[in-house]
Amino acid sequence: MSATPPSAVAPTRLSVRDALAEAVAGMLRRPGRAVLTALGTVLGVGSFVAVLGLTATISAQIDGRFNVLTATEVSVEDVAAQQNEFAGPGFPADAEQRLRAVAGIEHAGVLWTVRLDSRTTVGPLPSGAGDPATGTAVVAASPGAVAALVPTLQQGRLYDDFAERGHERVVVIGSGLAARLGITTLATRPALYIGQEPFTVAGIVADLERRPEHLMSVLVPRATAEQLWGPPAPGAASVLIATELGAARQVADLAPLALRPDHPEYLKAVPPPDPRMLRSGVTADLSALFLLLAGICLVIGAVGIANTTLVAVLERTGEIGLRRALGARGRHVSAQFLTESAALGALGGLVGTSLGEMTVVGVCLVRDWTPVIHPVTVAAAPLTGLVTGLLAGLYPAWRAARVEPAEALRR
Amino acid sequence: MRLLRRQSRQDPQPSDEGDSPVIELRGVGLTYPGPPPVEALHPCDLTVRRGEFITVVGPSGSGKSTFLNVAGLLDSPTSGRYLLDGIDTAALPDRERTALRGRRIGFVFQSFHLLPHRSALENVALAMLYTGIPRAQRLVRARAALDQVGLGHRTGAVPGRLSGGERQRVAIARALVGRPSLLLCDEPTGNLDSANAASVLGLLDDLHGAGMTVLVITHDPEVARRGHRTVTIRDGRLHP
Repeated sequence: MSATPPSAVAPTRLSVRDALAEAVAGMLRRPGRAVLTALGTVLGVGSFVAVLGLTATISAQIDGRFNVLTATEVSVEDVAAQQNEFAGPGFPADAEQRLRAVAGIEHAGVLWTVRLDSRTTVGPLPSGAGDPATGTAVVAASPGAVAALVPTLQQGRLYDDFAERGHERVVVIGSGLAARLGITTLATRPALYIGQEPFTVAGIVADLERRPEHLMSVLVPRATAEQLWGPPAPGAASVLIATELGAARQVADLAPLALRPDHPEYLKAVPPPDPRMLRSGVTADLSALFLLLAGICLVIGAVGIANTTLVAVLERTGEIGLRRALGARGRHVSAQFLTESAALGALGGLVGTSLGEMTVVGVCLVRDWTPVIHPVTVAAAPLTGLVTGLLAGLYPAWRAARVEPAEALRR
Repeated sequence: MRLLRRQSRQDPQPSDEGDSPVIELRGVGLTYPGPPPVEALHPCDLTVRRGEFITVVGPSGSGKSTFLNVAGLLDSPTSGRYLLDGIDTAALPDRERTALRGRRIGFVFQSFHLLPHRSALENVALAMLYTGIPRAQRLVRARAALDQVGLGHRTGAVPGRLSGGERQRVAIARALVGRPSLLLCDEPTGNLDSANAASVLGLLDDLHGAGMTVLVITHDPEVARRGHRTVTIRDGRLHP
């Protein structure tokens, strides 16, 4: 610079504030056009926010459904037959007593679905007479297992250890099955026939919080079932454990040892799923596809802005020539068009963020969910629009800088 | 560099004005490289002194546009020396040619070149956008310039609501507001009816009377007669 003669005139300049003011003025004077140009970015950014927000929201809902009940349930499967075909039943006869010694267990017991031949029916009269409730399962369940199902009694009582020890012929049935069998009250001591065997209905439960499908089954004391129909088929029995809150994983580790110290490998304890795994699984599944769609929207938005800005450059050739005549350098013209496209992108980003949030809140209202949107999403979305606009404006701005002023002014 | 810039900003009337001519062309010509090469402007000499009202007249295709582009620093001559306000423009880098154009020349075009969605005031203030004058001052000066051309009452109107004569007055106000050394008018009445043309030419007379150097390029001998001196251009040759 020092070698050349000193500048005869002060160079022209364009302050950031003036460039912004020009861009905003350009947008405000053509509001309809600005809105249409920004529409692509609105949709792109809007779907980004909606997808991210809905994903976060749905993850939160699953966390909510992962409640105390599932967090305190451990089941132990009998896999003895798979390990050794001569192993016999996996669970010992005193399974319930053994589990009572394990800390952290509230209720535990063995249960299995009894295998009956097809002619054996359940009904108010012996098999082959009356109107049996077909398809009714008979479930052998020790008193601890019944308690672990968390039943709500409607009438009567549950059977206890006494009934178990004495091989009593008592059953507990669900309210649905009771209605189907025509049993409305226990005051008349109603009887129930499983095949030819009569049982006394001890209690009717209104609800089971765990395994509610057993509301349509007949629950029989384990010892009674074993005496009448023999031991369970290999692998059919399982142990249901209701643990104290937070003890489930330790109980799952200990239960096979407590039940079969000689062969813990014959039993397989299933702990409750880890809630953190649940959440990440859902997020990965959902967001991948939808984020891709949102990205495509954003690219379409960028192409829209690029196209409109390019058309504007061609349309405003005269204006470019005039600005050059007024002292604007090529880079000033570039800066102006870049600022305009970036402002359009930022506007689209802001509107899109608002629409995306409204979508999330709207869906949550309908589905009765709690909306969850990460603050980073809300902060980054308008920026995404701005960057989209900037990128879209690069080529048109370059074209604008190359417009020959003499040529442009001839129009 | 910074010191120089500050000096020239404090002093809007350049110190080198003195008695040097506004325009001094010495053998200035423009040949577009071929093939085949086109000699759009034959090497010519022309001196425009401060405060002159000079017209350049010629039929279409005579090289008027080329002359305007060279005189307005929109195009660089391929031969000769062009001194504007005593500054040799040939040696200047593009950045300073642009600055010189923006600060020392006020353009008036046949087609006005007003921004359609901006008010008259904003259109006039636009002339100072690139010269580093604060926005508030730009608006004050733009209002004064509109007053000067008799449009003080239409500052808020967009060009679409102005008559042709009013539009050209806004354009003249825009050319004036930067206090240029030269008002360069290209067919200023070409798009106007005779009444509006007369009023615009009257305005140019007034500005000349106030000391402005005015150069009008036209094909119309009637308009050319308004100048105190007329130069004819034909086939790219200037005939003083």
